[in-house]
Amino acid sequence: MPTSAMIAIEAYGLTKHYRVYQKGEGLWASLRGLLRRRYRLIEAVCGIDLQVERGEFVAFLGPNGAGKTTTLKLLTGIITPTAGTARVLGHIPWRRENAYRRRFALVMGQKNQLWWDLPAADSFRLHQQIYGIERKQFERTRDELTALLGVRELLDRPVRELSLGERMKLELVAALLHRPEVLFLDEPTIGLDVVAQYNIQQFLKYYQEENRTTVILTSHYMKDVAALCRRVVVIVAGRIVYDGSLSGIVDRFSRYKVVTVVLGNGQPVPSLARFGELVSSQAPRVKIRVPRPQVTETIASILREHAVQDLSVEDPPLEEVIVEVFSQAACPQSTTRGEAPAENPATA
Amino acid sequence: MRPAEAIEKRGKFFARRLPRAGGGFLYRRLALWLTILQLSIQERIIYRGEFFLGALMRFLPIVTQILLWAAIFEAVGTVGRAEIQGYSYRQVVAYYLLTMISRAFSSMPGLASGIARDIRDGTIKKYLVQPVDLLGFLLLHRIAHKLVYYVMALGPFVLLFYLCQGFFDGWPAPEVMAAYVASLVLAFLLGFYLEATIGLIGFWFLEVSSLIFVFLLLSFFFSGHMFPLDMLPIPWREMVAVLPFQYLAYFPSAIFLGKVSGEDLWTGLAAQAIWTLVAFILARIVFRLGLRHYSGFGG
Repeated sequence: MPTSAMIAIEAYGLTKHYRVYQKGEGLWASLRGLLRRRYRLIEAVCGIDLQVERGEFVAFLGPNGAGKTTTLKLLTGIITPTAGTARVLGHIPWRRENAYRRRFALVMGQKNQLWWDLPAADSFRLHQQIYGIERKQFERTRDELTALLGVRELLDRPVRELSLGERMKLELVAALLHRPEVLFLDEPTIGLDVVAQYNIQQFLKYYQEENRTTVILTSHYMKDVAALCRRVVVIVAGRIVYDGSLSGIVDRFSRYKVVTVVLGNGQPVPSLARFGELVSSQAPRVKIRVPRPQVTETIASILREHAVQDLSVEDPPLEEVIVEVFSQAACPQSTTRGEAPAENPATA
Repeated sequence: MRPAEAIEKRGKFFARRLPRAGGGFLYRRLALWLTILQLSIQERIIYRGEFFLGALMRFLPIVTQILLWAAIFEAVGTVGRAEIQGYSYRQVVAYYLLTMISRAFSSMPGLASGIARDIRDGTIKKYLVQPVDLLGFLLLHRIAHKLVYYVMALGPFVLLFYLCQGFFDGWPAPEVMAAYVASLVLAFLLGFYLEATIGLIGFWFLEVSSLIFVFLLLSFFFSGHMFPLDMLPIPWREMVAVLPFQYLAYFPSAIFLGKVSGEDLWTGLAAQAIWTLVAFILARIVFRLGLRHYSGFGG
């Protein structure tokens, strides 16, 4: 059990419900709405329990609208929860104490903090003042970070003239100038080209390893997650459905394995279809999807009944499993599926 | 992407945590304020072209106003002698010229709509996450905005007042001049906090443009922007007296023209200061409640 000094983030039963005004369609409905408003309850986050140790790099994974960003907003104190508690570095985030705000940073891929018309160097200077960073330290941090990201020569150009990737790198520098102990990243690589994505990924990996900063990342980009995070928290419909390693997702959620068979000469291909769902068939290579419990039995049958040159058993690709997890859990009826809630969060 | 020398230095660099900045609290505050001011000025100067045009446009309405009043006085009697509600033609024109100066302090173009926009598009989050105060930041930003405007508009203003010096009876006494300047500064602060409050209502209603419109309309009529307020008949004048708007334009101009003097001047200034304080407190309360609503509702 980790001691409290090692815990960076803890949340218990964190819940956020919104009431949104439901506007009917058409003029008549709008007029009626003036008299009697109808509201719809959105359960953005429903009882999230989470513990993150200092120095962990955790990814929040989930489909759009699953509650990832809402959770991030709760942990950064932008919003207050409907129920539940959370502490980050010992602070209750939504009290928004300056003592807390000096210790973390939030980077949003779709929002910029830098002044649009001014060079980033000026925004950095403002950050120095806002966070009260001593000048020598500030200069050293700035120079190190800009060198690592290769953006040193961009400092004196107005931000609006820069590419999205360049801007994102400078946003990261700005966020890290005060050396936050916890860094929240909301889709930091959204919309970037592959090279910029890779550079930022490499930077984050390196920076986090060097500093042991606690990082929470949300991303749709699986490569980010795979490269950076040993621990993945899958949030679907406001609930944590999985908390563990990335590769563990496959073991946990995939009900199939993919069996590839290379048949000997002249064997009839379609006959394999009875063992499982046919994925692809390019004679003599046949792929079938076999339910996990039947894998051993199926392989035995295939080997008994066919002349087989080669045979392999693989897990389905991670992306495919995740798509499956997301789309199944997004349907309301499937939230009651046996494997859904993670009652025992396993730390990787 | 990582130059070799950067990697070499990193060990030493990353090993340490940042200490708090040196200097006292006040010194750090001052440094922050100066930085915000300086950046805002830099930002405004980028758009000096647009600014200059805006400054020029402000001079156009005054021409039509002068011509309109010339026609009115013409109709009533001769331009030289007749008075309307205690104002001669010369005094009315002088009043308008002075009102332009008052408005240069108290009008806040884009403040309320800017705040509402920041709330709507989420830019406001920046101020929730960083240890910085939104209203203080906006005030400094606005001061910078005004400073740049004054520098830009100084030439045209000097020229205009030089050409129009015949409408004035010379400079007021030094203590009246001091009261005038104080009144302009208060007009700036009052205008700022009133409009900021309107903008902060955007926490509850995403669209505040009609509210801003109503505010500007009220301000236009009851600040004395359109005509000297003491021209109004009694019931109206009493209403104006209990509203804060007169301190945005009429009151400073009236000080300069000697329309308020003696004890009235000091009680007037005190009332203006009280209204400014009320607007400040109101903006603070609305800001606090707005944040609570915002963070409860959804952010």
